[in-house]
Amino acid sequence: MMSGGVSGGAENRQASRFSLRIAVLGGAALVLFAVIFLRLWYLEVLSGDEYLAEAQDNQVREFTVQAPRGEILDADGKPLVTNRTALALQIRTDELPVGRERQAQLLRRTAELIETPVERIRKEIRLQTLEAPASPVTLERDVPYKLVYYLSEHQRDYPGVTIDRIYVRRYPQGTLAAHALGYVREINEEQLAEPQWKGIESGDFIGQDGLEYSYDSVLRGVNGATRVQVDADGLPTGKALSTREPEAGNDLITSLDVDVQRAAEEAMEARGLPGAFAAINVNTGGVVALGSYPTYDPAVFSKPIVTESTYERLTAEDQGNPLFNRAIKGGYPTGSTFKPITALAALDSGNVTTTEVIGDSTGFFSVGTQRFYNAGQAVLGSQSLQGALQVSSDVFFYNLGFRTNSQEPDGGALQEWARQLSLGSQTGIDLPNEEPGRIPDPKWRNELYADGLTDREWTVGDNINLSVGQGDLAADPLQMAVAYATIGNGSDVMRPHLGLRVEDPSGRTVQEITPEPRRTVEIEDDWRQTIMAGLEAAAMSPGGTSYGCFGNFPIPIAGKTGTAERYGYEDQSWYVALAPAENPEIAVAVTMEEGGFGADSAAPATKQILAEYFELERVDPGCGVETGRIE
Amino acid sequence: MEAMPRPRSFATARQREEASERTSLLQMDFMLLAASLLLVGFSIYTLAVTTSGDIPGEPYFYAIRQAIYVIVGIAVMLAAARVDYSRFRELRVGIYAGMLLLIAAVFVFATATRGTRAWIELPFVNFQPSELGKVMLLLALSAFVIDRVRRDGEGRRTLQILVMGLIPAGMVLMQPDLGTASVYVVITFAVLFIAGTDWRHFLAIFGVAAAAVAGAFLLVPAVTGEPVLETYQEDRLTSFLDPSDDPADSSYQINQSLIAVGSGGKIGRGDESTQSQNGFLPERHTDFIFAVVAERFGFVGAALLLSLYALLIWRALRILTMSKNLYGSMIAGGIAAMLLFHLFVNVGMNLGIAPITGIPLPLMSFGGSSVVAMFLAIGILQSIYIQARLTSKSRAPAL
Repeated sequence: MMSGGVSGGAENRQASRFSLRIAVLGGAALVLFAVIFLRLWYLEVLSGDEYLAEAQDNQVREFTVQAPRGEILDADGKPLVTNRTALALQIRTDELPVGRERQAQLLRRTAELIETPVERIRKEIRLQTLEAPASPVTLERDVPYKLVYYLSEHQRDYPGVTIDRIYVRRYPQGTLAAHALGYVREINEEQLAEPQWKGIESGDFIGQDGLEYSYDSVLRGVNGATRVQVDADGLPTGKALSTREPEAGNDLITSLDVDVQRAAEEAMEARGLPGAFAAINVNTGGVVALGSYPTYDPAVFSKPIVTESTYERLTAEDQGNPLFNRAIKGGYPTGSTFKPITALAALDSGNVTTTEVIGDSTGFFSVGTQRFYNAGQAVLGSQSLQGALQVSSDVFFYNLGFRTNSQEPDGGALQEWARQLSLGSQTGIDLPNEEPGRIPDPKWRNELYADGLTDREWTVGDNINLSVGQGDLAADPLQMAVAYATIGNGSDVMRPHLGLRVEDPSGRTVQEITPEPRRTVEIEDDWRQTIMAGLEAAAMSPGGTSYGCFGNFPIPIAGKTGTAERYGYEDQSWYVALAPAENPEIAVAVTMEEGGFGADSAAPATKQILAEYFELERVDPGCGVETGRIE
Repeated sequence: MEAMPRPRSFATARQREEASERTSLLQMDFMLLAASLLLVGFSIYTLAVTTSGDIPGEPYFYAIRQAIYVIVGIAVMLAAARVDYSRFRELRVGIYAGMLLLIAAVFVFATATRGTRAWIELPFVNFQPSELGKVMLLLALSAFVIDRVRRDGEGRRTLQILVMGLIPAGMVLMQPDLGTASVYVVITFAVLFIAGTDWRHFLAIFGVAAAAVAGAFLLVPAVTGEPVLETYQEDRLTSFLDPSDDPADSSYQINQSLIAVGSGGKIGRGDESTQSQNGFLPERHTDFIFAVVAERFGFVGAALLLSLYALLIWRALRILTMSKNLYGSMIAGGIAAMLLFHLFVNVGMNLGIAPITGIPLPLMSFGGSSVVAMFLAIGILQSIYIQARLTSKSRAPAL
């Protein structure tokens, strides 16, 4: 087939070379086809299942549908914490376009969209991914609708930027009861590793403090999920594969009374001193009001990021450490409000009777060379227990402290009764991080002494100090309220609780919260009557330490002032009351740092709390009448 | 024949007369025709079912256009089949010059698409001269190489042909279109190869080329501070080596293509083909149409498609051997090599074993220029076949 005219040999050579070339070409074709077929076989037949799984992975995305968290209400159903829905602009970092330059461009355009510097966006992404790496980064809450529409129309230009409906905690009462309520935040990385939070995914919100924390499992709903098919841009194709509806969390009805709580907080704020209050039902332990001053706005924790400066402000000492819940962590000496406990201890241990009269002609009590004076070095004369409580005779109780002293490591009757009445340990309230406080005893002081942390061992002087609530005692208002409530009800040391019952979203009660008393103590009737009479006289009778405050109060109450010396501070003001005196319903304890005499600061606040509790109108809010004698 | 300035067929004047009188189309290679028609049918069907949601309101946007291109292509094929391809040899200088002009025209008229100036906007279609240029280059180079079979020393001939091939290749590379440029190089080598060029010449060429490439990559950036390849070209060329290494653009495409192909399994996913349907697969109607076929129709479908190509290439090689003259053999061989290169590079890219280059899958990928150019090539194959049969009839027995 070659052209003619070529000599035979050359033509043959040419022809054979040509055939060889064709063979090579054909061979190359065969090899290439073989390679392609083998590769195709490998991909489709041998690895088909893996790739099918990858393809399905590619196109299925699970969108979490946030479940609304349950609400927290007061005893009358007034809302304390609710939810509001917010449209949030979020960035899903795992869906951002690939490549540094394209990402940078997207962030720039997003920054333009929400009119914020791109540095802020980068910072938010950095901070929030640090806190919760797998969850979307919230850039803006409450995005205007115009932007929502724009974004939904131009979604393809903003891959990974989404508008999601999220629930944000709302506080209809503002800062009210902030410490009791606590707050929610996204679960952080440390918490994710804790067994307590098993099953909670990154990005979920959990209670971080207060009731939100304690009742988290009740309040937290079950997030729903929609598995949808998406296209390469991550946009739904409209095909939903499965849907699980979110289940709203249950509501928590608390024993709090919004009005009493507000009255208490207003009273605290009016005085402006750091302090705390606790008001509990004497017979159930239900907490009617509980708070700490200064307080804070729990809504700050609803923001995606709590800045360092915000946190510093909330914990700064010169700001009064607003985050610190003094009601359950305070740890103060209680002053004379401790005296009823001393009375019970001395009565129970036979160191005094309800009628014994102890003389006081000097205004002090001496042990060896040491003298323990009445407040103001007043000379109050001979008293029995009831009168000693009414006028708050220190000398009387110094005697009891002297008599009940014990060198046993755990101390004597005083320590035992203080412990029985819930001091020195957690009351067991349904709030996290309660501080136990301290009841000084020989073991405690002698150990300190052994470690060289104090200059002396336990002496009777320590017990004498304790008998009037001075010295190393550390207790908070809640503990004092529980102790007085026990005297009020005559036997039961209640476990205070804020939670009253749990209702499902339809309003059906699913759980009643009625904790058993932690223990019962034996208080003989005449002991109780004597003490109650002394406390009532202190508040209601002329000469009583808080008569000026409560003398004209329409409902007879039993109450005790306290003025505690606190090293490095001005005196701490205390007041603890039981009301009504006859058949107490409520125990209220109020303390104010550097508030001076109990009757000056804590008693007026208590008065306002009780006035609100008993819904009394036209009660003089102040304690205008000078008592003339304070402790 | 060495003394003849123009090629002559073996047929006598009487026979040629006879041939032109009869309807030469009936002498066509119907296997080749069937293979090419089945392929474009496959293409139109695949486009119809895959891209129906792409253009709102026009579900068959791509399929209809491809069908129109196919009709034009078939007309071109039939026309080419009727022409005695030997006439192209006479027009070699014109064809070569025309090709250069066409390619050069893009630099004047073309609009850039994704950074490449390869298309000329005509009133109704965008025309990509470099596609047509492939066939023109083959026709011209084959003619030149035969001109020089005896006239020059072999070494000089090799050099001349090489330069003639590399000029348009270089122009296409400047568009820049690396894939198409490489096709030009392949065509040049195919022509040299079939023309019987000495092995040592190829060795020398590869040696020089390797040195030049090494020099270019080392020296050019050092001197000018500019890289030789555009960044995207380099990415595309190297990312197939390890697609999962970095999920940047090029490897993303390869990964998605691999997932598409693999997920097709034995019998394909049909309408559940999420990779190609939901936008994961890029360029699915052009460069990655093979992956679409593999996902939708599975191994069975892809193998069927490859079989059609095998048929096409087998027929081309058979026509090579049947050709009545060396020119026909050169052309048929060049077309076979071109098809093979297209097929391997495109399918290989879809299967993750070849770099990403914008080389279309012949007759399958959407695109008028490519389809028409391929049909032109097949028409020329038909012409070679028809001429061979006409000649052999008079000279029986046939090959």
